[in-house]
Amino acid sequence: MSNLNTQSNLEKVLKAGHIGVTSECGPPRGSDPEEVRKKGLLIKDHVDAVNVTDNQTAMTRMSSLAACIHLKLIGIEPVLQMVTRDRNRVALQSDILGAASFDIPNMLCLSGDHQSFGDCAQGQNVHDLDSMQLVQTVRYMRDEGKFLGGDDIKRPPKIFVGAAANPFADPFEIRVPRLAKKIACGAEFIQTQCIYNLDKFKEWIKRANERGLTDKTFIMAGMTPMKSVGMAKYMKNRVPGMDVPDEIISRLAGVPKEKQAQEGIDICVEHIQELKEIKGVSGFHIMAIEWEEKVPEIVERAGLYPRPAI
Amino acid sequence: MIIAEKKPIEEIIDEVKDFNRILILGCNECVTVCEAGGKKEVEVLSSALRMYFITKGDEKVIDEKTLERQCDHEYLEELRGNIDDYDAIVSLACGVGVQFAAEKYLTTPLFPGVNTVCLGANEDRGLWTERCQACGSCILARTGGICPVSRCAKRVMNGPCGGSTNGKCEISKDVDCAWQLIVDRLNALNKMGDYEKVAPIKDWSTDRAGGPRTVTREDVKI
Repeated sequence: MSNLNTQSNLEKVLKAGHIGVTSECGPPRGSDPEEVRKKGLLIKDHVDAVNVTDNQTAMTRMSSLAACIHLKLIGIEPVLQMVTRDRNRVALQSDILGAASFDIPNMLCLSGDHQSFGDCAQGQNVHDLDSMQLVQTVRYMRDEGKFLGGDDIKRPPKIFVGAAANPFADPFEIRVPRLAKKIACGAEFIQTQCIYNLDKFKEWIKRANERGLTDKTFIMAGMTPMKSVGMAKYMKNRVPGMDVPDEIISRLAGVPKEKQAQEGIDICVEHIQELKEIKGVSGFHIMAIEWEEKVPEIVERAGLYPRPAI
Repeated sequence: MIIAEKKPIEEIIDEVKDFNRILILGCNECVTVCEAGGKKEVEVLSSALRMYFITKGDEKVIDEKTLERQCDHEYLEELRGNIDDYDAIVSLACGVGVQFAAEKYLTTPLFPGVNTVCLGANEDRGLWTERCQACGSCILARTGGICPVSRCAKRVMNGPCGGSTNGKCEISKDVDCAWQLIVDRLNALNKMGDYEKVAPIKDWSTDRAGGPRTVTREDVKI
């Protein structure tokens, strides 16, 4: 995995054998670019790249591509998240070229939460492609220099392509085969769902190791610090595909309310330290939802700072 | 079959309140089987409308008829002789039947009495569930006989998505995850090896996306 395909700093860091660190910015529910920049600057020096979510939970927000451009213009490397829920293959390819025109060097391909969770529950969804087929599409555009329709692309997009994996969704038996499929489609890095159940995650990555999959892609473990016991319960009970063990909830419940946030950060740091040692974990994707200011502390305490300059 | 459900009677009343001679027109095919628009439902709706308008002091002529099929010229022609007896028709056929009748009797106002829901099956007494979206290019051979187009809320071709929990879809714990069903069936067939075959990007030109669809069979044309 030593040849670089893009100008992506994230690709360079991972391929140089460093533990990669990414975080994310959710674009605002408005048009103020300052909100994007402010979030980006909070984490800029502590990560290799910043994911920009694409209308997450199907709530209408500033477009992911526009927010990526705002970050790129102030020297922060974005990871453009793109869901297949809202755009057909014409719009997806068009936005990929738009991103490449700003030299946005990373993309994460997702299907996206169902629109019934968001503010446009009565809207259509598209799903012309699925997330794996979107990975294939970006790789095809980059590596073959062609549109899906077969025509040549002038200046093909140079994009490092990622996909998501949820080790905790059901059925568990196909979670590793599904990872294998994503890799076969061309996923060069994987960012996982938030990990709280370390045992189940370790079992997943063990099976991935056994199949040699961790040699073919970079797996970045997803981390989200809990702000409170209420958030932990919400994640456990209300968020699809989330696995929050009772011990996390009881640990948060065991400290006074005003100290729960700090306890959540501590748990996150401990989990990173533990998973850092696991074969097959190539990095961490720290999703501190509307809590970006805590990312530097987590990265520093987990021993992932300073970030390598390559 | 085509699954339909009755429209709220208030909606039908609102459509027909200004007409005096109304035909309630049932269909003896799918909507009879799914108990939304057959002879029985024609009777029930007609009685309810009569009662409603009588209580309003507005007695109307409300007749009943149920055709063998409303998606067929031959049966729709049965109305030809009496069509001028009516100011309006409420058709309890699916959207196909309503349109076919409307095309045939251009000057008679025609209103749907049911909402056409899906292509589905009678899963249990009083329960009809979707099985097909008529995408025009069947992939069931590759998906263990379970259709991700009609049964996955994101029509994911390489599923399941990350929202599958305990065999249920992220949109509702009452909805089965299609990909859980596919995996279960592939297991039962001892064909889990097929799971890792990547489904290619689908050609949706045979779906709704390609415009109204037709099937032409030269060998059966007269």
